[in-house]
Amino acid sequence: MSTVAVKKPVVKEDAMWLQKELINRNYHELATARQEGKKVSATFVPGNLNELLMCFDFARSLPETNALQNAMRKKSGKMVLDAERDGHSEDVCTYVKADLGMMLGGETGPTGEPLPKPDVLLLSYTGCFTFMKWFELIRQKYDCETTMLHVPYQGDGRINPAMRDYVVKQLKEKVIPTLERISGVRFDIDRLRGYMKESAKAEEDLVGVLQTAKNRPSPIDGYFGAVYYIGPIFTAFRGVPEATRYYEVLRKEVEERMRAGKGPVTPEGDHPGEKYRLVVEGPPNWTSFRDFWKMFYDEGAVVVASTYSKVGGVYDFGFRHDPSRPLESLAEYCLGCYTNLNFPQRIEMICRYMDEYQADGLLINSIKSCNSFSAGQLLILREVEKRTGKPAAFIESDLVDPRYFSAANIKNRLESYFQMIKQKRTSNEMLHRH
Amino acid sequence: MSVHDVVQRCQALFDDLEFNAVKHWKAAQPGRKAIGYMPIYVPREIIHAAGMLPVGIFGGGDQLEVIQGDAYYQSYICRIPRSTVELGLTGKLDCLDGMLFPSICDVIRNLSGMWQIMFKDKYVKYFDLPQNYDDSTGGAFYRHEMQTLRNDLERIAGAKITDADLKRSIAVYNENRKAVRELYGYRAQRPWQAPTSEVYLVLRAGCVLPPEEHTALIRDYLREAEQQKRPQRDNARVILTGSFCEQPPLGLIKSIEMAGCYVVDDDFQLIHSWLLDDVPLEQEPLEALSAAFLHRSVSTSSKYDEKKADKGQFLLRQVKTRGAEGVIFAAPSFCDPALLERPMLQEILAKHKIPYTAFKYAENTGQMAPIREQAGTFADSIKLWSAA
Repeated sequence: MSTVAVKKPVVKEDAMWLQKELINRNYHELATARQEGKKVSATFVPGNLNELLMCFDFARSLPETNALQNAMRKKSGKMVLDAERDGHSEDVCTYVKADLGMMLGGETGPTGEPLPKPDVLLLSYTGCFTFMKWFELIRQKYDCETTMLHVPYQGDGRINPAMRDYVVKQLKEKVIPTLERISGVRFDIDRLRGYMKESAKAEEDLVGVLQTAKNRPSPIDGYFGAVYYIGPIFTAFRGVPEATRYYEVLRKEVEERMRAGKGPVTPEGDHPGEKYRLVVEGPPNWTSFRDFWKMFYDEGAVVVASTYSKVGGVYDFGFRHDPSRPLESLAEYCLGCYTNLNFPQRIEMICRYMDEYQADGLLINSIKSCNSFSAGQLLILREVEKRTGKPAAFIESDLVDPRYFSAANIKNRLESYFQMIKQKRTSNEMLHRH
Repeated sequence: MSVHDVVQRCQALFDDLEFNAVKHWKAAQPGRKAIGYMPIYVPREIIHAAGMLPVGIFGGGDQLEVIQGDAYYQSYICRIPRSTVELGLTGKLDCLDGMLFPSICDVIRNLSGMWQIMFKDKYVKYFDLPQNYDDSTGGAFYRHEMQTLRNDLERIAGAKITDADLKRSIAVYNENRKAVRELYGYRAQRPWQAPTSEVYLVLRAGCVLPPEEHTALIRDYLREAEQQKRPQRDNARVILTGSFCEQPPLGLIKSIEMAGCYVVDDDFQLIHSWLLDDVPLEQEPLEALSAAFLHRSVSTSSKYDEKKADKGQFLLRQVKTRGAEGVIFAAPSFCDPALLERPMLQEILAKHKIPYTAFKYAENTGQMAPIREQAGTFADSIKLWSAA
């Protein structure tokens, strides 16, 4: 007699359902864009100028989100292979290949609804070299008009006025005129200010939510859970009133959990109890997202802060979209995204998280596809260990290529790591006792 | 000096991972400084105008055993950063007073910050290059980047870099670029007289020699190469592309030639030929350098092509003007810029019925037999196809 393993139904908090609804609604808006006479834009998560795109009534697609949504639905493996069969190297970013593979399969998005070819690619070249090639590839294949916004890298660890002026000038002279021409909608700076006002409110609440993880126990998971929390604000909803309401609801829900002394909600149910508090650097793996999260849940580990949850905007050190100086503020937003920070800044930020969130250690999930995050992470590991005296560990996986998620290896490493934290904790306690 | 002597000298410079040429140059006059730069492009004129020696760092090649460098990188990162870290950690780059990391890809970009942490006593700058080619936008930003570099180098040198200094250096590099163009032109015309394995070494010498000396060396080589009587073979004329950052081992270049290919153009060490013409001396120098970068520089995958129609045009022109019969895509493993660009260029070549083949390498690739076989088959197919 054969037995069929029945997977437990996924548990989600209310805000997670709301978030899912918002994301699905965006896919529906994209699916019906042509019927509704709407033009379609595509842009990337880091340096996403959602408020600006809304000023021109674009339906908004985000290719990385499409790739990860396909991965979470177990569809990306075939897409990556299709792109490789079409001539793309096995060495390069799998987000790109999943996107190109999806397009090769016809204009169907992750939800199964049509995903139309974009009318414009807003190439906000922020913190990732691959973005430039990605949109050149799409342009080559599908003849989409492309407008480039070059966002300089913070090589010296700061934003100087020349960098900001450069971005603003490109917005004024290139990006906005192109969006006006393609959409047929005149740019209205007050409309932009209105959206940015909404953004700032949502950003305030997002920071409130993420910082609840400073409490013990943390009412949220700042990595796996945060992926849901950042969904709307990092994609097509920053500046939309519904997103502002979503973050209000979320913040209330999370603060209520905090007051009740509860831990995070996980797909397996309420967290069993916080044994280890971690900071995580690097994006998650999407093809086995739930299994990956469960490995932490099983060990009683909670991620209290992560760098990935800052990839579409670093808000926790005070930046807010500022409607009183809209274009300058958009420029500063782009310039300040996590992967646009230099190495000393990234290390400083992680050390600060380790301290402020009272973490037991740092875990780096190094992603094969993502040189922007991954190149040099082993130095981050050494530096953070040196500066904080706390243990760090390193695992490897990929974004959307299921071939690069080795569950047994990762689980082994995590178990050893938690053992190490435990031992270190015990020896510290003994030291204090004597 | 015979062609053999010139090539021997270049080979010795290439093999010397202790950078003795740089050390000797510095020792010749107390207080001299040297500034390293990584691929793909920095305006060396500013370094030269500060009285410093620009030094091209292209990793450790196939003769350097990488031990410490591997501890900083995962297996899926290309080799050039790990061998460069190895050079740094083993003290081989101590002769450099600073390092510039130009905008080329995320790996080199991140290496700039790593260098800031690992070599705290050195001057380190990430040198951003504009992807917007309007003079008043990308140009203004680029001029600011150059002015910042100028200010920094003035501080290190303890002396002003005047416009006159810059113009003198531009003139020196104009002459150097002219010599490089002559070298490449000569090779394209008579590739049997100037094999790429030699041309490569002559070019590479420019990474450690002062430009004036390098220009003279190129001309020595050209003069002496012309004196040689070397057999002309019925080889396929190919362009080699994708090798602009991590360099292939010299053995790989030799293997391609031995397999029946004349390399009539390439993108090795692009810095030497980045600017296509002379930079005008009449203009304000940073403006002139900026305009040359924005409007008269090579196309390569780390630069944005503004329009779809621009993609591949530079390569097509290379094929046409050099009389090439095919293209070899030779890219380092895990090189995002080259490998993401490749399918676009291949599509364009296919449309123009230009044959191509592709492979990957690492700077320490040791097994040449597969590459020789592939290049040989490619050369044969070109010859058979041409004859048909």
